[in-house]
Amino acid sequence: MTDSSPPILRINALTKTFDDFTALHGINLNVRDGEFLAIVGPSGSGKTTLIRILVGMDEPSDGAVWLRGTRIDVVPANKRPTCMVFQSLALFPHRSVGQNIEFPLKLRGVAPAERKARALELLDTLRLPRDYYSKRIQQCSGGEKQRVALARALAFDPEILFFDEPLSALDYRLRKTLEKELKDLHRRTGKTFIYITHSLEEAMVMSDRIAIMKAGRFEQIAPAEEIYARPVSKFVAEFMGEVNFFDLVKGAAPGVALSAAASAALAGQTGTLTIRPESLRKLTAEGVADLSFEGIVTAEYLLGSRIQYRMTLATGQEMIVEVLRENAVEGGIGAALRVGCDLSAAHLIAEAADAAA
Amino acid sequence: MQQRERRLGLLYAAPLSLFLLLTFLAPILLVAGFSTMPEKVFSLTQMPDFSAYRTVLEQGYWKSVAWSLFMALLATLILLVICWPLAYGMAKVFKRFTLVLTIGVVMTLFVSENIRLFGWVLTLMKGGLIEGYWRYWTGQGFDAPLYNGPIIVFGLVYVYLPFMLFPLAQGISMVPDDARQAAYDLGASRWQILKEIDLPLAMPGIMVGSLLTFVLAAGAMAESKLLGGRAIITIADEVQTAFTYGQNWPLGSALAMVLIAIIGTVAIWAISKADLDAMMGRKS
Ligand SMILES: Nc1ncnc2c1ncn2[C@@H]1O[C@H](COP(=O)(O)OP(=O)(O)OP(=O)(O)O)[C@@H](O)[C@H]1O
Ligand SMILES: [Mg+2]
Repeated sequence: MTDSSPPILRINALTKTFDDFTALHGINLNVRDGEFLAIVGPSGSGKTTLIRILVGMDEPSDGAVWLRGTRIDVVPANKRPTCMVFQSLALFPHRSVGQNIEFPLKLRGVAPAERKARALELLDTLRLPRDYYSKRIQQCSGGEKQRVALARALAFDPEILFFDEPLSALDYRLRKTLEKELKDLHRRTGKTFIYITHSLEEAMVMSDRIAIMKAGRFEQIAPAEEIYARPVSKFVAEFMGEVNFFDLVKGAAPGVALSAAASAALAGQTGTLTIRPESLRKLTAEGVADLSFEGIVTAEYLLGSRIQYRMTLATGQEMIVEVLRENAVEGGIGAALRVGCDLSAAHLIAEAADAAA
Repeated sequence: MQQRERRLGLLYAAPLSLFLLLTFLAPILLVAGFSTMPEKVFSLTQMPDFSAYRTVLEQGYWKSVAWSLFMALLATLILLVICWPLAYGMAKVFKRFTLVLTIGVVMTLFVSENIRLFGWVLTLMKGGLIEGYWRYWTGQGFDAPLYNGPIIVFGLVYVYLPFMLFPLAQGISMVPDDARQAAYDLGASRWQILKEIDLPLAMPGIMVGSLLTFVLAAGAMAESKLLGGRAIITIADEVQTAFTYGQNWPLGSALAMVLIAIIGTVAIWAISKADLDAMMGRKS
């Protein structure tokens, strides 16, 4: 990236093998100081394995991790200046809210009065009432427990705060609220957050950069818009939402009518053209576009202010089109539809780049 | 609805309550009754007479009580220390081996305590398994480590190990792994994890195990008779003697009542101190 300051966290060729199964294949990653990085990937892609190694609960099979230039993969978890918020939260059931928050301070031998003052401060930061200090953990709601876990992690004052899907057990509304609060908290504390999630939506709302993980490797690490517009592989393109793929072989793509300019631009190239359903627009019979497609509508779905159509092209390929409601196709299912887009809206994944996928 | 549930609850509890009344409370009342009778007289119409208790105080029986309680306490503490790592392994580490260990320990219970203690006597006595072979090979004999105080405590530890081990393992298995990991991640050392997480969260198991072993060991006599050769006479032994050779039932009953009172107080105090629900974080 353009930032030239040294990374706070540097991961180099990190590998983790369980018996005969390799969960991480030589991961490389630089994380900037104060960044909010989201790691997204399907179940079993190695997200938890990676984070457990980074906080020190597991040992890597190979590779190294540096934090501000100090090698930390050899340091036990209780000596690392990092801290993790568990999916289960892992609050201490036999301690009150206040005692939970103070726990890391108590371990360091901070005086009780000072501890309490700091815990109350953190209750304020997390927008929990101060009288929660003496409440039992069991008396807190899911969202409140979440905040207590966060407060406890902040009391530790880590260099990097890790999260392993902390919101996945909560209901939708609460999750939305806490997403915003987390983002806000990140801004206020200026700490580096590394956040694992299944939900791309969550990642897009909160993070500065998203790392897409697949089968123990990072497929792409970039800001959300860039990943969305310029995915490096079909896997990433599909992960980021619905998309149409067209094979391009030496400048020719069956099912796609190319304008002269587009033909010239794509001449000789081979790969996969990716086109997002919402970047397509309806064309009249004589309308022109760099890329155009013709077919018969086979299904329509109302999506609030938009309508999504599925259409079958002459080649037999299915295609997804999304248009504003006012541009609805007359006749609906069974009608002929002609759509198109500019060349700039179609992203080409070159052959080699997708070979691994 | 709630009223009905309460009535159903009482109904369900009735058979067990009745059973306990008959088998637990009734004998105690009977013993209490006997303890207030004068010596060598048996009459139900007798006025209560506390001469048996005076005998208990005057004839130095408190020494047996003190020894029994002290050795029981010592055995309980030793068992706590020995069983903790073992129970930890059973609950968290051993996996399949836990079953083997469980079966092994439970199997010892199939053989009567007296027979197992005799086994130890045969092993340890002069001319026994160890000393006999040692003398045979080296020509040098040594005194048997039997018939003293420490060997009685050893016997108590040996006999009551299962009663500490299993509750402890149960207690430790209730400590959530993620709490321990979170504490470690937040900077806790091994000792701090033990003190702040493991001990408090396993406390129900610790309490149950300690109470069981303490109560059982305080009322034990086989260890002192067989291994200890009566080097120390336990209170249970005195009670038995009073009932059998002594033919002094009121004295035996009074001694039993004293023991019951002391142990009952300890048990009730421990249980009330240790609010099991609160310790397990269940109270809301
Ligand atoms: N201790 C282990 N022994 C063997 N295999 C393991 C172990 N831990 C994880 N794995 C394997 O490593 C792979 C990655 O697991 P990991 O928990 O990191 O996935 P994840 O990306 O966090 O998935 P999820 O989103 O479901 O939490 C999985 O295939 C898992 O089966
Ligand atoms: Mg996971």
